[in-house]
Amino acid sequence: MLPAIKFENISKEYRLGLITSQTLNHDLQRWWKMNIQGKDDPYLKIGEMNDRTTKGTCDYIWALKDINFEVQQGDVLGIIGQNGAGKSTLLKILSKVTAPTTGTIKANGRIASLLEVGTGFHPEMTGRENIFMNGAILGMNKSEIRSKFEEIVDFSGVERYIDTPVKRYSSGMMVRLGFAVAAHLDPEILVVDEVLAVGDAEFQKKAIGKMGEISKGEGRTVLFVSHSMRAISDLCNRAVLLSNGSVLLDDTTKIVVEKYLETTQIILSKASWFGDNAPGNDCIKLRRGYIINAEGEDIDTAFINERIGICYEYEVIKDISYFNHSINVYNLMDQHLFTSHDDHKFNRNQTIKRGFYKTVAWIPENLLQDGDTFFSFGCVRYDPFELMFHEKNLLRIYMLDTIKVGTKNRSLFSGLPGLVRPHLIWNERTKLK
Amino acid sequence: MEYSTIIKPKTKLLEVDFKEIWQYRDLYSMFVKRDIITSYKQTILGPLWFFIQPAITTVMYMVVFGGIAKIPTDGLPQPIFYLAGITLWQYFSACLNSTSNTFIANQGIFGKVYFPRIIVPLSTITSNLIRMFIQLSLFVIVYIYYVILGVHIVPNLYLLLFPILIIILAGLSLGFGIIISSMTTKYRDLNLLFGFIVQLWMYATPIIYPLSTMPPNRQWIMALNPVTSIIETFKYGTMGVGTFSWGMLGYSFLFMILLLSIGIVIFNKVQRSFMDTV
Repeated sequence: MLPAIKFENISKEYRLGLITSQTLNHDLQRWWKMNIQGKDDPYLKIGEMNDRTTKGTCDYIWALKDINFEVQQGDVLGIIGQNGAGKSTLLKILSKVTAPTTGTIKANGRIASLLEVGTGFHPEMTGRENIFMNGAILGMNKSEIRSKFEEIVDFSGVERYIDTPVKRYSSGMMVRLGFAVAAHLDPEILVVDEVLAVGDAEFQKKAIGKMGEISKGEGRTVLFVSHSMRAISDLCNRAVLLSNGSVLLDDTTKIVVEKYLETTQIILSKASWFGDNAPGNDCIKLRRGYIINAEGEDIDTAFINERIGICYEYEVIKDISYFNHSINVYNLMDQHLFTSHDDHKFNRNQTIKRGFYKTVAWIPENLLQDGDTFFSFGCVRYDPFELMFHEKNLLRIYMLDTIKVGTKNRSLFSGLPGLVRPHLIWNERTKLK
Repeated sequence: MEYSTIIKPKTKLLEVDFKEIWQYRDLYSMFVKRDIITSYKQTILGPLWFFIQPAITTVMYMVVFGGIAKIPTDGLPQPIFYLAGITLWQYFSACLNSTSNTFIANQGIFGKVYFPRIIVPLSTITSNLIRMFIQLSLFVIVYIYYVILGVHIVPNLYLLLFPILIIILAGLSLGFGIIISSMTTKYRDLNLLFGFIVQLWMYATPIIYPLSTMPPNRQWIMALNPVTSIIETFKYGTMGVGTFSWGMLGYSFLFMILLLSIGIVIFNKVQRSFMDTV
């Protein structure tokens, strides 16, 4: 059987000389910046790619170079890579938004691409009119949309506003409506960019659920770009790792995701910083961060009913007056869960001498939700409150909900909803007289 | 088994995938509908605006060109003379203005999803056509009014050429518009110049004056402008005055075919990669 999609030597070149900007003025500025001042091209849309050219002398930039791989029918393929690795360019070529410079893509079946939700929504038109408009832009015909109309409205959850112009919608409602249309596309091949990164948490869950349904249920082929390793791991059976425009690895999701986390400076449960660029300020430099369990062992995963200690070691470079510590906790969607300030009493006049110090913040059991959790660190003074520095995304731990382990109940597979997962104290039921 | 979709770096020069355009016909009608229903939303007068524009322009021309400059109107009452030219010219210039903006105005959609790009300019010339037919009713009303008044205006068989006139006009504006829109993805200067060109073009077209005011041995210069014969033929067919020649009309037709072909070649070339430069 033929593969669903076959990429053959796909390359995309951006030629500096032809990327003309709106006016000659811009061209002159670019020429001035690049040739006279030796700076980067200020108008190049793919700035990250610049590192692969010899500055100022090379006219070519390869956003993609010799991409070769196949996607089998029914595969849910995750495409991962750092910013500028070529993920979006690849999707754009596959969606025919822009043409490849060399190579051919052969595909079997209708390709629908979802690089954005709600493309072509007209603010003056009602939700109903926009469903038809958006559906048509995505390649559905009128009768197809009409037959799915009820489902779409139902899925979007904006039934009440369906005859109101969408300019009156909240942005969240627009996204819901847009995704609802897209989710009811019936292509053999679905191309999805990071559209799931919008909307509230409830909607994201719904969207990811729908994606899973689409891919598992009907044997359709899905290509999915995301920065969320969680979403990739949940949805995809295969993954491709792009780096600087080439395929670095093409394997099962697990192997590729692990490799990606290894090779990129992604936030880990353990970190060390050296030199002057370490997080901190002029006087305080963070040196090490790690996460421990109750036994004091280093961990990168914990059950939600375990308590964990967030440890930071820092260096005081010159004697300074007393300060204290703070920590902020975020989830994968970068939602701020809570903050905590070290409340050890102190004497304002006390100085802290040069040297190395360590602090541990214990997060009690039964508080964090299932999933990736990120920790920041900051130094503060109180009365008056002064934030000396605050660095986000220093450490990460993967929390695992005990309810998911060994459960046979599929509805609990993705865990319980909510930002935190406390274990409340419930009184036993009593019968009222 | 064959692959159903093949994405390649280049397409043939004059390739127009009519099958694909046909597949997207619902999108085309949706765009047309959108253009019409959104143009006068949240206005009090609503569709009346379709008539106000040509009416005011006509009055203005009557004052400036008819009253002050005293330019002759081929013996016709001024309102009907101006209205005939204005209705057709406004169709042409409205099409030009919107098709010449195709890429820039739609880069948001074009950058995110694929459909045959030509759908957009095609739908604009269609929605403008609907608008022109509505405006044409104003011309018909004024026409009937003068017939009742007993002014000598007689239509003749050349009126049957009307659909052809519209096709040539639509083709010219489409061809010219997509050439401009393809060229302005790189440099926007042309956009600024363009408004000026359209304005000049109007004065080079017999709208505020009849072609017959030109000395006969100079009329061929005016006829180089492909729109000239269309306006003149329309006036000739509806009111029996003006200059008509098959040669001039044939020239306009060939001009349209040539312009449209060039337009499609450039448009095809640009549409595949304009996202990189726009």
